Amino acid sequence: MSQRREMEEFLRQVEGFVEEMKRSMGLPLVFDQKTGAALWFDQRELRLRFTISVEKIRKFFEALSEGKILATRCKETGTIYFPPQVDCPEAPGSEVEWVELPREGRLLTFTVINVKPFSFSHYEDYVVGVGRLENGVNVLAWVRGDPRKLKRGMKVRLEVVRREPEGYLTYEWVPTGEGES
Amino acid sequence: MARNVAIVGTGITKYGVRSDVSLAELAWEAIREAMEEAGVEGKDIDLIVVGNAGGWSSEYLPGVVVAEYSGLSGKPVYRVEAACATGSAAIKAAHDAIAAGEAEVALVVGVEKMNESPTPIVVEMIGRAGNYFWEFENFGLTFPGYYALYATAYMSEYGATEEDLCMVAVKNHYYASFNPKAHFPRRITVEQCLQSRYVAWPIKLYDSSPISDGAAAVILASEEAARKLTDSPVWIEAIGAASDTSNLSKRPDFLVHRASLWAAERVYKRLGIEREGSYKHFDFANVHDAFTIAEVLAYEALGFAKWGEGYKLVREEQTYKGGLIPVNLDGGLKAKGHPIGATGVGMAVEHVRQLQGRVEKERQADIKKGRSLAHNVGGTGHYAYITVYSLSKPRRG
Repeated sequence: MSQRREMEEFLRQVEGFVEEMKRSMGLPLVFDQKTGAALWFDQRELRLRFTISVEKIRKFFEALSEGKILATRCKETGTIYFPPQVDCPEAPGSEVEWVELPREGRLLTFTVINVKPFSFSHYEDYVVGVGRLENGVNVLAWVRGDPRKLKRGMKVRLEVVRREPEGYLTYEWVPTGEGES
Repeated sequence: MARNVAIVGTGITKYGVRSDVSLAELAWEAIREAMEEAGVEGKDIDLIVVGNAGGWSSEYLPGVVVAEYSGLSGKPVYRVEAACATGSAAIKAAHDAIAAGEAEVALVVGVEKMNESPTPIVVEMIGRAGNYFWEFENFGLTFPGYYALYATAYMSEYGATEEDLCMVAVKNHYYASFNPKAHFPRRITVEQCLQSRYVAWPIKLYDSSPISDGAAAVILASEEAARKLTDSPVWIEAIGAASDTSNLSKRPDFLVHRASLWAAERVYKRLGIEREGSYKHFDFANVHDAFTIAEVLAYEALGFAKWGEGYKLVREEQTYKGGLIPVNLDGGLKAKGHPIGATGVGMAVEHVRQLQGRVEKERQADIKKGRSLAHNVGGTGHYAYITVYSLSKPRRG
């Protein structure tokens, strides 16, 4: 059973109990399973979903749908920003330009997310890693494939992928073969 | 010139799943104890700083809720957030106000009720603590996941093992077994730790601090006010603070806890001591062991061990009593518990009581230098606060 279903099952049981309590005593009370302490089961549920401005970095997302991964570069200092940012705090008067990132890199580190956040609880265990691209920029993303075959220092390639089941574009590290650094 | 600041009263609740109390009731448990110990009443307090990370608990403005419940409405109050270093940031805020002459007596209370939400929601909230849009939205990292990025790199580079990391947990549980306020006041074995399930490979459940409720409070006072209140103040000798990038991808190598290093350099400069071998200036230390790897990284950043050799201190049991420097004699975050906003304030309570020689004897440090160090990290090294406590009055002001 996925972690999402486990939690939904648990909440269904608690809600069922609360409905019973409301019918019998008119109050949404539950009791701590270990200590019996009385707990008020909140009757106001809050759903959080943000709308986040990407207007100034729209180009990044438009390029993603053309299969490209972009960063920004400060015209004055040459600093490359990834994640892309449109302001250059080192040289506030300068502008940034869009540049395409190289795709080849080496894996710096990785982990397997076994216990997932609620909003990721419908996925199987996934691997998150940080790779260093040829130009020295680090990128954090999921890493495809069997985590037992991964090694710090191995060659990886950054690819644009469609994330399912949501069906939107993002990027992912893909191991390209053996090779310690 | 900055004025000296002392701690004149301490209070701490039992950490754990505190379904028996609301957030305000929990805070009051600690506040009442601290005020009684200091011998102050509400009218004596000029400023209240509440450390609370929140998100998982119902009260959105915990500062005013706690102040009202504690009969302190009307006083200046604000809430401070620095992720898991919230409590230390709250202490710094009150310390700075007193040092600047803006207050004589201040109440700092750290409180957290994490168990008001189900565990997957808490895992989600802490996972969002970093850079939400670029690192959580698409990649769903968790708190142990972030630290696992450090653990994987560190173990691969230096040859530390999962067993080495488990030995940190064993030590901290050992000392927690003598601390009745701890979330898990019991010992564990290396085998139990090694057999516990992975939460974010290579980090296991027993490498991880728990989701805790708890509160801690301290009363801070100016030198003049402290003199009237107590014969045995503990002084805040120096504070060093730093931060690091919100995106973990912007960090170079995952081998060095940079915020801790920078905070250490700042605080040691204040004290006029070298980072390497710094342990010899302190009777004991608390380091931020949200995960066992974090304790090892802290040893190195603080100068207790050379780079890449922190795990050897664990292997050689050098951070037990009798070793180079005893670390986390209260059980640490790992076993004492980690009620986010309370953690740094709980460290302050521990340091005052240790320096005054009044904790349980099995976990009481030998106090010879009269000085101790508390290291508190926020997030995955997003914030770092190092607070040095002393029985001797600092020479400043």
